[in-house]
Amino acid sequence: MANTITKIPFKGTKEQQEELFKAIDVYAGQSGALIPVLQEAQKIYGYLPYEVQKMIAEKLQISMEKVYEVVTFYAQFSLQPLGEYNISVCLGTACYVKGSGNIFDKLQEKLGIKNGECTPDGKFRLDACRCVGACGLAPVMTINDDVYGRLTVDQLDGILAKYGFGK
Amino acid sequence: MIDNQDFNNVALKDTPFYKAQERVVLRNCGVIDPESIEEYIAMDGYAALGKVLTQMTPDDVIKCVSDSGLRGRGGGGFPTGRKWSLCAPVQAPQKYVVCNADEGDPGAFMDRSVLEGDPHCVIEGMAICGYAIGATKGFVYVRAEYPIAVKRLQIAIDKAREMGLLGKNIFGSGFDFDMEIRLGAGAFVCGEETALMTSIEGKRGEPRPRPPYPAIKGLYGCPTTENNVETFANVAQIILRGAEWFASKGTEKSKGTKVFALGGKIKNTGLVEIPMGTTLREIIENIGGGIPNGKKFKAAQTGGPSGGCIPAEKMDVPIDYDNLTAIGAMMGSGGLIVMDEDNCMVDIAKFFLGFTVDESCGKCTPCRVGTRRMLEILEKITAGNGEMSDLEELEKLAEYIKANSLCGLGQTAPNPVLSTIKNFREEYIAHIVDKKCPAGVCKNLLRYVIDPEKCKSCGMCKRACPADAISGERGVPYSIDPEKCVKCGACYATCKFGAISKQ
Repeated sequence: MANTITKIPFKGTKEQQEELFKAIDVYAGQSGALIPVLQEAQKIYGYLPYEVQKMIAEKLQISMEKVYEVVTFYAQFSLQPLGEYNISVCLGTACYVKGSGNIFDKLQEKLGIKNGECTPDGKFRLDACRCVGACGLAPVMTINDDVYGRLTVDQLDGILAKYGFGK
Repeated sequence: MIDNQDFNNVALKDTPFYKAQERVVLRNCGVIDPESIEEYIAMDGYAALGKVLTQMTPDDVIKCVSDSGLRGRGGGGFPTGRKWSLCAPVQAPQKYVVCNADEGDPGAFMDRSVLEGDPHCVIEGMAICGYAIGATKGFVYVRAEYPIAVKRLQIAIDKAREMGLLGKNIFGSGFDFDMEIRLGAGAFVCGEETALMTSIEGKRGEPRPRPPYPAIKGLYGCPTTENNVETFANVAQIILRGAEWFASKGTEKSKGTKVFALGGKIKNTGLVEIPMGTTLREIIENIGGGIPNGKKFKAAQTGGPSGGCIPAEKMDVPIDYDNLTAIGAMMGSGGLIVMDEDNCMVDIAKFFLGFTVDESCGKCTPCRVGTRRMLEILEKITAGNGEMSDLEELEKLAEYIKANSLCGLGQTAPNPVLSTIKNFREEYIAHIVDKKCPAGVCKNLLRYVIDPEKCKSCGMCKRACPADAISGERGVPYSIDPEKCVKCGACYATCKFGAISKQ
């Protein structure tokens, strides 16, 4: 999966850093702390750039390499910033046999981006995901917390317009 | 309304969807408020834990679970009682119970529903297991993609703790047991038991070689018993109703019920719980209501990326662990995806292999490199460049990967390819020899053709074509230049007269 280091400069704030350190204090000392800390950090920053990983490594007193190897192993962790609206198309089996592959292709074409990328204006990010467990509604996509089920390709324009696409 | 038929005067349990089902695991789902421990207790909740702690020895518990014939519902089907009996005698200062709720198999959502609808039955099952094997601490490893399940399970744990059903000296018996939730981070391989334990330890979720088995050396190097959500959800009922009751259901070697997540090209989708030994035909035709839009059933896929495709000829085989393995599929965790004539089996094999290539952790070579080589061959076949020798090469690689991979992911990854080659060989041959995709899925093998009889020369298709491949003028039927055509399907979607067909 495309998970390359971003070229967008890091814009973390003091408040975010304080929040991160607070989260680290909760887990520090526990065995297996790294993954929950990374999950908290991603909630705070939206992604895990080099700067955030470095802070975590220093605070947990582990090497940067240990942090980076875990970040790049799990699909949930992103080295790329999130968009304002994050579109996630399910390519799980039930959705795939009902044509979610076509929906994903169409979105790539419409937005002009590939899997795991963000539009240049930072508005939309597109990801393929593996099963959100809503197989009864296949094919499914989510945009932030909104779930769209029983999708067809011709509904996409209408749905994207709700999020200000094409304006 | 189910399948557009009016069931106004029929009790829900008598509708075709529910009639053939038997709900043991799902008995409380949708019935009780999952956030209320009182409602669970009112449905005999925690009575089994009370019985175990006050009237049974750990050996009695293991004997009861063994006698019931319960086998692991996560896919492998290892006898649960035997798993517990391997861990129980190991002496150690700390032992663990781990619940695998990392339901990564695409198309499966049984565990999510149990955790969302009846979280206490999982907690109770884990506590009973803890007592049987001598563990005082449990972990539930849940996918982060299931936020509601996590929330409800946390509420359930907190309430059980408040009431003294988790914690120190439960029921005044001197038995201590408590548990924590750990969130997965989106790696399919973490559903494998040793990889899951490595992930709980905060590392890359890579599997570990066995032996030593988790029963001897598992989580943090301590003896550990791991079962999945559905397995734990059966335990309390087995203790309460007895091993004989459970063993009376199912087939000779597969007892009890199994929950399947029915999805794909089927009228009624959803969770169905059926006694083991029910046939696929019963599930698809009666419970599922058949295939929509008058299409023909082609195959049912079970076991996700580890499983296989069951063709129409095998629809009357009673479903149990051993029968499914014998016909080249697998019980798996319970995803059951129905496919019709519009699904290409070579494409499906490619889809699953693409999944395994993405999700292979990369630790061992047969899985990391072997699955990628297999995927390349399938891509070659679907692109129209296949040769007959590719089939042999696929089978050879498959056997090698199965025999030499470190964990279950690699050992089963070739199954979707092997089962489709076995059951749908003619479809592979059509791709390779005739350079055709009979289901009309593989784009490179498709040709869009305009039927001059049906064409009204309206010109809509010409305007829709992004490649300028369509020519014609008013009054003369239009035609597509196959050299220029990019097979996007825009013309096909635009034509109002059904004059354009895929060949």
